[in-house]
Amino acid sequence: MSEGVAVRGVVVGHGALAEGIVDAVRQVTGVGEEALIAVSNRGLTPEALVERLRSLVGEGPTILFVDLPGGSCAVAARRVSRERGAVALVSGVNLPLLVEFVLNRGLPLAELVPRLVAKGCAGIASAPADWESHADRAVSGR
Amino acid sequence: MPIVLYRVDERLIHGQVVVGWGMHLHPNLIVVVDDQLAESPWEQELYCLGLPPQMEARFEGVEGARARLEEWRNGQARVLLLTRDVRTMRRLAEGGVLRGEEVNIGGIHYAPGRKAVLPYVYLSDEERTEMKRLAAEGVTISARDLPGSRRVEFSGADRKEP
Repeated sequence: MSEGVAVRGVVVGHGALAEGIVDAVRQVTGVGEEALIAVSNRGLTPEALVERLRSLVGEGPTILFVDLPGGSCAVAARRVSRERGAVALVSGVNLPLLVEFVLNRGLPLAELVPRLVAKGCAGIASAPADWESHADRAVSGR
Repeated sequence: MPIVLYRVDERLIHGQVVVGWGMHLHPNLIVVVDDQLAESPWEQELYCLGLPPQMEARFEGVEGARARLEEWRNGQARVLLLTRDVRTMRRLAEGGVLRGEEVNIGGIHYAPGRKAVLPYVYLSDEERTEMKRLAAEGVTISARDLPGSRRVEFSGADRKEP
């Protein structure tokens, strides 16, 4: 991990998405709740979701990761990020993005956020095209 | 073009509305009736972030919406009308202007003082009173969070069937 104040991540998602993807990140990286936690909007009023996020966003730098760019999770996250200077918001969360976050959360927010967005976008690709571009790396004779 | 859906949903413009009902009813204008939001441009911007390009949103206070109901009913747009609570829908319906229409209860979640009616509908005593007043305006009230879910009809503030 890079040097600096470690950024905390909160994944806010519909249904079981947040719990599921945070569990996957923990399996891959071994990271704990000090780095990344999950919040579901299931059964919560908009006000209750905002309160939950407020309670999780401490004084240090935080990124709120949401699934859909619009919707109740994003609306609640934007309300909280609007109140606090050191809270960033990233939508379209996926596993490559979160793994990159865990490995680089010592970076300043201004540097970390665009890096995560780029990683998340790069993680979405057409499989056949990728297979073709990696064809020269195949090992024959096995 | 009739208003394709009247819905009470405290989350207003969100995934279930835009994706779930959007794919089913193909609205191209979301009208949010809410006195506070109608006066808050930054919050309007917040809610519009999730809109797909084929949809527009408009935010109106209750009085403005009552004045434009006929315009929306007779216009070219397929309108999906939202309020965040039952009281606002009841105020919109006052004087029988929604008589014969059906209002969909889509999402009122748990909060202190509310009791469960359905997994996605919790009502306080005040909200139950508002439901009865809304029904008395000649409106049919039913609950359904998504188009594929079971429609549960209400008689006033109570479910018609268990």
